[in-house]
Amino acid sequence: MDALQPKPMNSCEGDEQARNLAEAVARGSYGKLVAFLAARTHDVAAAEDALSDAFASALADWPVKGCPANPEAWLLTVARRKMIDAFRGQRREIGGEELQGMAEGLGAAAIAAEIPNQIPDQRLALMFVCAHPAIDAGIRAPLILQVILGLDAKAIASAFLLSPAAMGKRLVRAKEKIREAGIPFRVPEPEELPGRLDAILDAVYAAFAEGWSDPGGTDVARRDLTEEAMFLARLVTELLPQEPEALGLLALMLHAEARRRARRREDGEYVPLAEQDPELWDSRMIAEAETLLLRASALGTLGRYQLEAALQSAHVDRCRAGRANWTEVVRLYDALFALAGSPVVAINRALAIAELHGASAGLDAMPEAASDPRLAEYQPYWAARAALLAKIGAQGEARQAYEIAIGLERDPAVRRFLQTRQSVLDGR
Amino acid sequence: MQYLLMAYVNEGSWPKMTLAEQQQGAAAYKAYGEALKKAAVLVGNNRLQPTATATTVRIANGKSQVLDGPYVDSKEQLGGYYLIDVKDLDAAISWASRCPAAGHGIVEVRPIWSM
Repeated sequence: MDALQPKPMNSCEGDEQARNLAEAVARGSYGKLVAFLAARTHDVAAAEDALSDAFASALADWPVKGCPANPEAWLLTVARRKMIDAFRGQRREIGGEELQGMAEGLGAAAIAAEIPNQIPDQRLALMFVCAHPAIDAGIRAPLILQVILGLDAKAIASAFLLSPAAMGKRLVRAKEKIREAGIPFRVPEPEELPGRLDAILDAVYAAFAEGWSDPGGTDVARRDLTEEAMFLARLVTELLPQEPEALGLLALMLHAEARRRARRREDGEYVPLAEQDPELWDSRMIAEAETLLLRASALGTLGRYQLEAALQSAHVDRCRAGRANWTEVVRLYDALFALAGSPVVAINRALAIAELHGASAGLDAMPEAASDPRLAEYQPYWAARAALLAKIGAQGEARQAYEIAIGLERDPAVRRFLQTRQSVLDGR
Repeated sequence: MQYLLMAYVNEGSWPKMTLAEQQQGAAAYKAYGEALKKAAVLVGNNRLQPTATATTVRIANGKSQVLDGPYVDSKEQLGGYYLIDVKDLDAAISWASRCPAAGHGIVEVRPIWSM
């Protein structure tokens, strides 16, 4: 945690240092400051407003008067004052001396409590608020990105393919619910922790997946999202070091991230896993992922993210050693399917079965689009079907399946890759 | 914080139950009410007469308009409520999940607007 804290500085020359320091604090401490400010009032939006005012004041004040020794405490003091002012202003609008008295007595006093020297890290509690079952599952990831990391609605909206106005409105509504419905600011008790933690991990993974869907890294908003998601996953493992699924999630992300460079040729063309050059993988990230997985398995509770990370690890092993390990891979997919029987897992399991027992066995294991309407619009489903159909010699059906996959893909490089596969069918 | 737990149940199923089933159902609600009282969280509760007895009232063009029947026709109807005073939403949800109505209907949890 200490690494996140900006080093105390006694003086700074000019705007640039002040700006750098403010940015460093914003990056490392934003969520911590929001969590501290909102813990008493449960008003996340007010805490964010006050904090952004405080950052603006810092940029005006620090270049002139020098950077404070404890920038976090400085920001907190200013933000708290702004919050009290806003609170009083609001109550005045409602009117009535009695109400104002109440405002002073309750709200302002609650906000104005002592600022401790060491600001307690309540980010985890705040994440549990954002991923509370009473908050709509679809808004949890955007909410965490905004509240813990300070990303603005516009950046989040573009990553999640929503209009900024719609995203902004949903975020505002979620914060209102947090304030009005009495969602508690606390880390759940051990007995309810696993289920509640899953919601956080799912939200973090959703953020990562949104960023990952642009593996070429051409869209900056999306690429940044994978970094932010890794930061969040790391934060969770630091705050809850004994939770195997949190470790599993971070391991899974590290495995994916380690292969980012290898997924594209220099000319930008897409390279599937089997054809990637292991030399291009980031071996430091892979090693860290393996260490995390070992730590997780020592804790004794298996889960979805550990299994997915273990699968990544098996893929890496196979490609590096050039030795087929499909029996192990199918076994892992079986376990994953039993735990989280999603159609996505079923597709990958079918592909592994095809490697082990042949393409027609793989096709038999493939889920039916008729059984799940989401599959009909899922590109990897059609691409996987097409590949297996081609292998059993059903050229016509394979061509058709590739056609659908191509029509559903939004990444131009992947689209070209699928088109090449399709044209091979015709012997062109 | 105060929360209103609203029990939405299919009121049509009650008359179809055997006497023994009705007694068992009523006993479950009674035990639930006792548990709320014992935990000192109950502010008030009531069971409502079926929606056939409902009347809606609104003022339209300055005249009060009175209509027979409930406001919303739905599969489940508001059959009763519990007003409770607990620490936070988690506590309210935990009480809502114990309500017998959660087993055969739906319990909506709404925070009270504090004045």
